[in-house]
This record gives sequence, structure tokens and C-alpha cells, in this order.
Amino acid sequence: MSATLVATISVLFHGVAFAMVLYLISVGLSVTMGLMGFVNLAHGAFAMLGGYVLTTLMSRFGVPFLPAVAAAAVLTGLFSIPIERLLYARFYGGDELDQVLLTIGLIFMSVAGVTWFWGPLVQPVQPPAWLSGEISLGFRNFPTYGVFLIAFGAALATLLWLGLERTPFGVQIRAAVDNLKMAQAIGINTSQLFMLAFALGSGLAGLGGAIGAELLSITPTYGLDNLIFFLIVVAIGGLGSLRGSFVAALVIGISDTFFEYLLPQFGAFLIYALTMAILLWRPMGLFGRT
Amino acid sequence: MATYGSVRPDVSEANRRAVETFARRHRYRPLEALPWASALLVYALVPTYLPLGAQVLTTILFALSADLVLGYAGIITLGQAAFFGTGAYTAGILAAHGWGEPITGMLAGGAVAALVGLVSGLVVLRTTGLALLMQTLVVASLLYAAANKASFITGGDDGLSGMHVWPIFGIFPFDLYGRTAYVYCLVVVFVCWWLTRRLVHSPFGRSLTGIRENVLRMNALGAPVMRRQLIVYTISAALAGIAGALLAQTTQFVDLNVLSLDRSGTVLIMLILGGVGRLYGAFVGVPLYMIAQNAFSAIDPVYWYFWIGLLMVLVVLFARGGVLGLFDRLVDRLRLRWQ
Repeated sequence: MSATLVATISVLFHGVAFAMVLYLISVGLSVTMGLMGFVNLAHGAFAMLGGYVLTTLMSRFGVPFLPAVAAAAVLTGLFSIPIERLLYARFYGGDELDQVLLTIGLIFMSVAGVTWFWGPLVQPVQPPAWLSGEISLGFRNFPTYGVFLIAFGAALATLLWLGLERTPFGVQIRAAVDNLKMAQAIGINTSQLFMLAFALGSGLAGLGGAIGAELLSITPTYGLDNLIFFLIVVAIGGLGSLRGSFVAALVIGISDTFFEYLLPQFGAFLIYALTMAILLWRPMGLFGRT
Repeated sequence: MATYGSVRPDVSEANRRAVETFARRHRYRPLEALPWASALLVYALVPTYLPLGAQVLTTILFALSADLVLGYAGIITLGQAAFFGTGAYTAGILAAHGWGEPITGMLAGGAVAALVGLVSGLVVLRTTGLALLMQTLVVASLLYAAANKASFITGGDDGLSGMHVWPIFGIFPFDLYGRTAYVYCLVVVFVCWWLTRRLVHSPFGRSLTGIRENVLRMNALGAPVMRRQLIVYTISAALAGIAGALLAQTTQFVDLNVLSLDRSGTVLIMLILGGVGRLYGAFVGVPLYMIAQNAFSAIDPVYWYFWIGLLMVLVVLFARGGVLGLFDRLVDRLRLRWQ
């Protein structure tokens, strides 16, 4: 194989793996913003919480990897419910500025709270033995963990898509995104729907934070440092669009890996420039409705 | 007109009252002298706090620039630090490379920031809501990444040092006690405040309020909405740039923090604490935030962030107009009781 081809495959592989993590974390944010019209800047904090749950369960309680990942998702989702009921629900459809400030306040609290429980250092993640090393996929070897990320992310994306297209819950969500007032008028309990969608989105973020801990390292400032990446994915994909989030995550994941590999001297500059260019072309995102 | 007036005599009375209300709006009230009187008192009474005082003044100007876009034009921005940082780096780089004249340096900071505001505004203001918010954040992050990588000019992570700022007018050198710096900041902030006050009370300023309250109606009335937003965005960027330049010149140091999301977020918090869209929110919110931050970090040096965050949540939940909003409500209640 030529060197260029090898490099291309490698960039694509790592880019797609990163994209899966971005997708899992951002999809909940996209739904919250599209469905409830709520600018939830603290979304990354839920992803961070998932990461902390994973590392704590694994290192302190010796829980195996997969159950710990599942617990990270479930616990983060459950944890988000009282926050949604007590704080977020008051501001649905309200002033964006209030939402922005409320969630910035929550980010600050999450930074301090997490430092209090876990300290300021990066939490080490040790993937289990069966996910370490490399695996042969016929024509060459790939890092096993990356293969796991891609397979897991693709499976979940399919599951989410099926859930939204085929289940009554998905139908209700689509109805509420399309026309909230009409959905309420035909008897959909949107308040309960919002709560479930929020918990699901937060749970997915926790899941993404947990399995992506190797790529986006778990530190107290996680919610602040990575916020822009999640927002970019949502804005490029278009609010409330699952397909949009998926495509946007792929675009950002692959191009970020590409730029880092080819033009590391520019740092994150190029990814921001690309974002501006895409939004200049399509202000409402690739799959957004005007 | 005469018959109209005679048939409905109350109309002319209502008109007269409306005109009076609008005329009174921009008249100077005695209370407006309070911030400036306090600033002079600080100079006279507590000279040891002058360096901190100069920082408070520059931050007030920064918050005032945010109030202009946020409170008057209704543009929610998470990237105001982009302009603050541009101004700071412009003045800093000039002073580090042989042009230490402070006033032209400050104006250059404002001008370059205004240019960045104009160019980014052309892109950013095409959108609304979340997309707009996100793009303001992207612009600031873009500049942060650029400043970080262009370390041969900006000093990167280590910060820009080696600044040499000349005396003001060639007469008043920046002294160790911060006296010159304080007076310099005070004068610049006062002039900027005066200009901003004129701007928001002008017909242009009223039309901005119209855009904030109802974009659709302003469009229907034929107001050039985007052009007005772009103008105010640029002016606000210039003010933020001047604030950044002041900080750079008075502290003789610039680091990447001037462009950070932290700074954009904090300035919003300060503004909300004081009260948005009322020109004086900055004057109340900034000192209050700095006092609160000092108090919290004295009580709890590691976790003071938590208390700032909690304060923020409580303000959003219970005191939406900020301190000045609470004050207004109190005054209204007292008035009702005494009537």
C-alpha cells in the first residue's frame, strides 16, 4: 500500500472513532435545543459526570468495563432528572439569556463540585485487556479500542434512529419538534416527554463521556473546554436533527483528525475556520430548517 | 388639526405627556453622578487600592460594551472577549515593539477591535439564536487558537512581556502606585460612558431597543435591522477593544486569558448581576462581582467557583433584573405605600 493510502485510512479510522464520541455526546444537546428550545451550555458537564462515574466504578470498586459504562449512562440520566424538573423546566421557551446564564452558573458549580469529589487531576482510564492492543481487520491492524468505539457508536446511532422512527415515544418527539402546540393539543404530555428526552440525552452524553474518556480526558474543566466542540456539532448539524448531528459529528471528527495529522502547527484554528465557512454557507446548519 | 384637538382634547394632553416622558428620559439625573463621585472618593481616600481600582474601571468599560450589544440590541454573545483580547494584544504588541504612546495605542486597540467586530459581525449576525451564540464563541476561540499558535508575536502561553508604555502626553509617567493609571482609566471610561449614553438615547439607540423587542415589526417598518445591528456590534467591539488596551497598558502584560471563554462568560455574569440594558448595570455588577469573588475566595479558596455559580443560578431564578432591578422594585413598592 502506498504511504498516502495508509495515512488516509489511519486518519479516517481515528476521525470516525472520534466522531462517534462527539455524536453520542452532542445528540442529546441537539434534541434539547430543537425540542425544548433550551440553550443548555451545561450539557458537557453531564458527559463529564459519565466519565467520572466510569473511572470511579472501575478503579475504586473494581466493576468491569461494560457494566461500568452502562452504569455511567444510567446514573447520569437519572441524575439529570431532578435538575431538569427543578431548574430547566422553568425556562423552556423562555428568554435565551436566562438559559445561558443559568447553565453557565451550573458549569461553574460542576467544575467546583467535581474538584471537591475527585480532585483537580486528570482521571486515568484503563480500558480492559480485551479492548487493548490491536486487532486485525483482514488487510491491516487497527487499535481495538477504536474499532470498539466505531462499532458501538454505529450500533447506538442505528438504535436511536430506529427508536425515533418506529416507537410511539419517537413519534411523540418528532411531533413535538415539528409543532409543539399541535402536539399538546392532541394530548401529548409534553412536560413528561421533555423530561424523558432530557434524561435520555443526558444519559447518552454520560455514555459518550465514559467511552470517550481516552479522547476527551476527564478533568473538572471538561464542560468548559469541550463545550465549543459539542456546540459546533449541533449548529452544523441543525437543531433537533439526529441525521444532522451524525453527519456533523463525522465532518468535525474527521476534519479535526485530518488537520491535526497534516497541519498541527495551526492547532484548532482550522476547525473553527471550517465551522465559520459551513455556517456562512448554511446559517441554519446542514440539516436545519429555516 | 384644530378641530381634531377640540373633539378629543385628551389626545393633546396624552401627547404632551408622552413628549415629556421621552424628553425626561435622557436628562441627567443626580444619581448618575454617584459612580463618578465614588471613583473620585476612592482616589482621595484609599490610594492603596488604585491598581485594583484601575482594573475595576477597565472591566466596567468591558461590561458596558457587552451591555450595548446584549442589553440594547438583544444580541446574546459568548465571544465579547474576542474584541477585548484584540484590543489588549494590539496595544501590547505596539508597546512591545517601540510605540509606547498610550493614547494612540489605546485608540489603535479600539480600531483593530472594531475592524474584527465589523468583519465577524458580517458573518455572525446573519443568524439568530443558538447559531449566533455559537458563532460568537467560535470567533473568540478562533482568535484564541491563532494567538496561541502565533507565539512569535504574542508570546503564546507565556504571555506578552517587554511592554514599555510612555508617559501620557509625555508628562505623566505610569507610577508604581497606579495613580496615573487610575486617572487615565477613569477619564477614558468616563468619555466612553458619555458617548454610549448619547448613543442609546439617540433615535438610533431607540431603534435598537425596537429590534430587541420585536425584530419582525422593525423589519415590517422598513428599518435596516441587520445594518443597525452590525453598526452597534462594531461600536461595542471598539469599546471592548479600548477596555482591553487599557488593561494591557496599565498592567504592562497581556496573556491568552484576555481571549478566553472564561472572560466572555464572566462579563455576562457581572452584567446580569448589576442589571442588563440599563447602562448602569456595569457600574453596579462589576464591583459587586469582584467583591463577591474576593469574599468567596477568602472563605473558600479552592471552591469559590461553586459559590459564584450558585449566585448566578439564584440571580436567574429570583432576581432577573439584577441588583438594579431589585432596587427598582423596592422603590416602586415604597412609592405605592406612600401614595
